[in-house]
Amino acid sequence: MTDLQEVTIDDLKHIVSERAVNGETMLLNMGPQHPSTHGVLRLLLELDGEIVVSCIPDIGFLHTGIEKNMEAKTYQQAEVMTDRLDYLNTVGNNLAYTLAVEKLIDLDVPLRAQAIRVILAELQRIASHLVWLATAALDVAAMSTFLYCFREREAVLDILELCSGQRMMTTYIRPGGLWRDVPVEFEKAVRDFIKMFPKRIDQYEALLTRNPLFLDRTLGIGKISGADALNFGMTGPGLRASGVDWDLRKARPYSGYEQYQFEVPTRPEGDVYARYLVRIEEMHQSLKIVEQALNKLPLGPVRSNNHKFVPPPRSEIGVSMEALIHHFKLWTEGFNAPKGSVYSAVESPRGELGVYLESDGDPKPYRVHWRTPSFDNLQAMPLMSKGVLVADLVAIIGSVDIVLGDVDR
Amino acid sequence: MDKKLQPIVEKLEKAFGVTASEYRGDVTLVIPAEKIVAACEQVQGQGFELLSAMTAVDYWPEENPRFHVVYEFTSVSNNLRLEIRVPVPGVEPKLPTVSGIYRNANWRERELWDMFGIKFAGHPDLRRILMPADWEGHPLRKDYPLGYEEPQFTFNFEEIDLRKPYAKE
Repeated sequence: MTDLQEVTIDDLKHIVSERAVNGETMLLNMGPQHPSTHGVLRLLLELDGEIVVSCIPDIGFLHTGIEKNMEAKTYQQAEVMTDRLDYLNTVGNNLAYTLAVEKLIDLDVPLRAQAIRVILAELQRIASHLVWLATAALDVAAMSTFLYCFREREAVLDILELCSGQRMMTTYIRPGGLWRDVPVEFEKAVRDFIKMFPKRIDQYEALLTRNPLFLDRTLGIGKISGADALNFGMTGPGLRASGVDWDLRKARPYSGYEQYQFEVPTRPEGDVYARYLVRIEEMHQSLKIVEQALNKLPLGPVRSNNHKFVPPPRSEIGVSMEALIHHFKLWTEGFNAPKGSVYSAVESPRGELGVYLESDGDPKPYRVHWRTPSFDNLQAMPLMSKGVLVADLVAIIGSVDIVLGDVDR
Repeated sequence: MDKKLQPIVEKLEKAFGVTASEYRGDVTLVIPAEKIVAACEQVQGQGFELLSAMTAVDYWPEENPRFHVVYEFTSVSNNLRLEIRVPVPGVEPKLPTVSGIYRNANWRERELWDMFGIKFAGHPDLRRILMPADWEGHPLRKDYPLGYEEPQFTFNFEEIDLRKPYAKE
């Protein structure tokens, strides 16, 4: 659609150092098609030999206009877009959006639905951390970890498929509850996973945690202090690895997280290795939450009875005129949310995933904004990568755990 | 309202001569554009370390104010949230930058310039961030149409192909 643009050094004067303008340092593009950028990220590197003087991320290659698209759809239809944001945390995205809608229209959610939401969100967190571990280890040339992690991730995706029929784009969590109850095989599948997985984490740790090659590539690399991380809006494991104890599941619990016992792992070092340790421990904690939630999974309905907002069950439609009307209204016109705006956030595997939702009383959201954690985490990366070697920059990108769908929306 | 948030909000209300509103537990202050830097400094001084989100809403065809720029602050030390809204007119929308106070506002303000065409005075690097550098218009404005692609079938493939905008050689 557009011509290639030629950029001269004058256009970049305000973002590179004086030495680049004089030709003392070299400007080099890394990406947008570079295997270590985890998608389509372009980094403009200013290099002094092999030392990174500055690193300027250029994003937007995966911008799909999800916010604009959501404004043109009803609340139910718009949810399908949420899966496509951060494609490693689809259940978490559904949960964030659903909680925002529920906050806006003040909708109740049955306890069973809340518990299942927690189980799935935590399983998804494990799956997301597994992809992170696989790719981050691959970046520092640990090939075998990649294969093992994807094997276990498949087990989690099988559970998601069992519930929703989809491995990734689930749209399983809906305003007012869930799409439908979990099948009978669900409990056994999750219990098998809980039994199998801790040993697998030990296997990954055996490959990496005390591996001298891995330590060489990660210890003391890409440091950021807790205060800097906060000022840059960093959240999630990256922030916790810099010694700031901030987890929305603990601090501002949603979906009944307050009932479960778990710890928020933190490390004071703030380097790549600390981020690795925090995420490994988070997988253990997620398993703990899943197990507790499964043990006291209450019986009962999984969808709210408020049929002004939640479609009635299929079985009622044949016998109740009222239910038929609600069904018809909800699937043709949608529901009218009250006027107002809310901000609600959940802890995604990458940090604070927030949704700003504004309604003008129509069945379509007036404005949806996604506060995506990768966007801010990526912004802090140039600070971490000042003065490192190019090879270390690769390890740093891996440790930040960006998902470009999450950055570009 | 949260007990810890009450005194902070009262202090801000007094300093800027505004009243807070609450909806579903979210506390909001509406602050005029010229005072936003002072407000952000005060908010940060009250322990809100994190600028969680920054976005805008377009109320077109309303002209004055056409936009609301929304700041969501989080206090990690006190576990509080606060929202500030700034009304901005539709003609030459402009705001002072807060990227000197919260450094992640840098990209967030670039995003608002890109998507809404709101300028930020004093911003160090106000380029487009998500759209291509030579893009025309600001997509999230309400008067910007939602684009679509015509589906091509065998019977009308060539007809649609002719008027499709392709990249030049």
